[in-house]
Order: sequence, then structure tokens, then C-alpha cells
Amino acid sequence: MTEDQVKQIVVDIIAEIAPDEDTSNIKPEIKLRDQMDLDSMDFLDIVMELRKQHNIEVPEADYPQLASLDTCAAYLTPKFNA
Amino acid sequence: MHKSRIVITGVGLTSPNGNTLEEYRKNLLAGVAGVQIIDMRYMGKVPAGVCDFDPKKYQTRKELRVGTRAGSIAVYSAHEAINDSGLDFENFDKSRIGVYVGTTEHGNVETENEVYNISKFDYDIRFWTHHHNPRTVANNPAGEITINMGITGPHYTIGAACAAGNAGLIQALQMLRLGEVDVALAGGVSESIRSFGIFAGFKSQGALGTHETDPNKTSRPFDKTRNGIVVSEGGAIYVLERLEDAQARGANIVAEIVGYRINSDAGDYVLPDPVRQSECMRAALKVAGMEPGDVDIVNTHATSTPMGDIQECKAIREVFADCPTTYVNNTKSFIGHAMGAAGALELAGNLPSFQDNIIHPTINVEDLDPECALPNLVINEPLKVDAVKVILNNSFGMLGINSALIVRKFED
Repeated sequence: MTEDQVKQIVVDIIAEIAPDEDTSNIKPEIKLRDQMDLDSMDFLDIVMELRKQHNIEVPEADYPQLASLDTCAAYLTPKFNA
Repeated sequence: MHKSRIVITGVGLTSPNGNTLEEYRKNLLAGVAGVQIIDMRYMGKVPAGVCDFDPKKYQTRKELRVGTRAGSIAVYSAHEAINDSGLDFENFDKSRIGVYVGTTEHGNVETENEVYNISKFDYDIRFWTHHHNPRTVANNPAGEITINMGITGPHYTIGAACAAGNAGLIQALQMLRLGEVDVALAGGVSESIRSFGIFAGFKSQGALGTHETDPNKTSRPFDKTRNGIVVSEGGAIYVLERLEDAQARGANIVAEIVGYRINSDAGDYVLPDPVRQSECMRAALKVAGMEPGDVDIVNTHATSTPMGDIQECKAIREVFADCPTTYVNNTKSFIGHAMGAAGALELAGNLPSFQDNIIHPTINVEDLDPECALPNLVINEPLKVDAVKVILNNSFGMLGINSALIVRKFED
């Protein structure tokens, strides 16, 4: 799986958990919280959906890795490909 | 102690047969019920009262995803009440608004959903949602109102079984009199149709209503063939104010709350006690400074269970003997039992009687049970009278909680 595919998976999850947000133009290098109305509960939702939909486990210590689409891709792609 | 007069200046509601007071009232006068068959997890098909208001009218999609159905019903009803009140909400001090919402129960729905959810993951609790606790805390429906509307005054729910709608209004009245708040949003809500446990519990108790052919005939208080409750969702939230504040802003005053009482049977867990019920009604009348004959409408709690209806009729017969102009009706025959919302919703359905002098009937009585044959029971057809000035609203609940609320047509 490529980093772009992983980014799309994360964007699809964000579209589910933040249905009022426009997810068509998320800037990958900018923190998600700085460009969308996402709170800590929403990030827990992202973690839960990665677990439910893709069997990917993100330990609490690694939550900062989910800050932007770029960091998500860098952190999650090896897990998807493991 | 000087007691301020407390008035209703706005009503917002959603009921299985109407999403505004106007629509609801129209259906109560036209004999239009609102019960349908739903598919309930583990139960199969059951009759239920379902509301069809547009939740997106006042909530974002995210709020709907994160919150509860009870919260959504509460938010919708609260906005509608504020709109109806004409209050300048935008500029009103939000720290002086209190939110007091009656609930029969809260949290069952959300916990059942999570248990079901993790059952799909071999009961691995890693799949239990972090939304569970904020959804299930008892203050959830009232809290969702404050979050959605930016209200920073006090909020909580009043857990009072099926007397909760009245209890919410009584709590608000008391807080206004204490000067704790200047405006109260109060009433009751129910999301009970989303809990299989509520249906299953009534079924195990032999108190879940059925009808062979027509869901709208399932809830049939006082009929000889009645066999139990129809569980419903819904909500009614009122704007309450002290009379002087309402008059100062030129508000339209819908009614005045003049009497109330909550008491306890201190007896059985489920079977109501007519002696305590009549004591409750008499105590409310005493607070109002009224005699039984001053009441024009007694809106019954009767839920269409064989014993409960008889017990309430005994209580009413005792209090309202020799009251030729006191009429008795029932709203659950249209909408089923909206649990925590019942008292508030049923009162709302009768408030327009102050204007139109019509008493909505209790419907679905094909064969009146002689034990429920009260002298002035308004059956199947609305009744026009000379004047309606006083309504007594009964709401009772499990563990022997009784409530009676008396409202009067406003006269300065």
C-alpha cells in the first residue's frame, strides 16, 4: 500500500467522523486540528476506526503521529504493509 | 416567603403525531394517532410511537453522530420552545437560563448499543466506544441542550420514572422562585423506543400492549380489551418565567402553573396506589387554592395496563365525585407512553383548550371497562364546553412516584 492510499483511508475516516467538514482539500503538511474542527474525541474516533476497519492498532504514546495527513502516512503505511 | 407567579411563555415539542403544538393538537382533535410497527433487536416487530422531526434543523451532523437521541429530541424541543417564546435569546444572559429535563431513564440505549457492538468483536472491549460515558451520564439530554445553545446556567435531568415530565416543570418552577435563574427550559424527553430492554421488561411484566390488526389501536386506556403499554419517544420543553419578567418583555403568556405535588406510595414497586394518587391530586389543589370542582380537565396518566388504569380511575373518582363540569381525558391513546416526556407532552396537547374550549378525547374505547367508567370521561370524540380555565395533569411512575400539576388559563 502506498502513502497516498493510506492518506485516502484516513481522509475517508475523517469524512465519517466529522461529516460537517469539507474533506476534499485537506493540506497534508498542515496539522489536521489547524484546518478542521477536530477535538480529542475525534482523534480517538480515528484510532477506533483504524482498529475496526483495518485492524491497525495505534498505541496512546503514538497519537501525536496522527497530527497531519503526512505524519499519518509516514506512521501508518508500514503498519498497513506489515 | 413571597412566591412569584410562574408562567409558561413557550412550548416546543415532538410527538409521534406532530412536530409542532399546532400539528399535534390538530391530530388530537381529529382522532389521528401515531403508533407504528418497528423492528426491535431481539424482540422482532413491536408497536411504538416514533417521532419524525428533522434533527438537522438545529444540530450538525457531527452533533448527531456523537450525541444521543434523547439529546437530539431535547435540543429540537428547546429551540422550538425558545422560538415560540419570542425571547431575545441572542442577547439574553445565558448564565441566567436553567435547563431541567425529566427522564424516565437514561443510558440504557447507549449501553445496549455498545454491548451489541462488542458482541460483533468477540466481546473485545477495545471496541467499546469512548463516547459511551458522555452519552450515558444522567444529565446527557439537558447537557446537550446547553452545549448546542451556549447556555451556561445550571442543567441537569430529573429522574422520576414516568412522572418525570411534570417533575421537570416543578423543578423549574422552584428554581425560578428561588431566583436561581431568570428563564427555565423544562419538561421531559424519551428515547425509550431504542432500548430493547424497556420493551422486554414490559413484556416480561405482562404489560406490553398488543393489537391483532392495527398498531394505532394498541394503546387503548379504559377499554375492556386493553392489554398494556405502547412505548414511545418524544419530548416537550417549555419556557418558564416569573410573571413579572414575562410581562416586562411583553411575552405571550400561554398559562400559569398554579399547583403541583409529588408524593410517594411507599408500597409496591410497580402497582400504583390510588389512595396516594388521590392525596397527590388533593395536595396539588391545596397549593393552587382550588376545590376539585374548579378543574375543567383531568388529563389522566392511564397507560392502558389492566390494573394501572383501574387504580387511577379509583383515585379520580374519589377526588372528583360530584364535579359535574370536570372532564377526564387521556393522551396516551394517541401517542402511546412517551415515558419521561409523557407528563410534559400530554400537558402540551391540552393547553390549546384554553383558547378553543375543546377537550380532546381518549380514543380507541370500543368497549368501556365498567371499572373505568368515570362520569365525565370524554370518549372517542372531542367535546366543546363553555370554558376551559384549569387543567390538572397526572403523571405517575414506578417505585410509586406520583405527580399532579395544575395549570390555569392566564388572567392578570
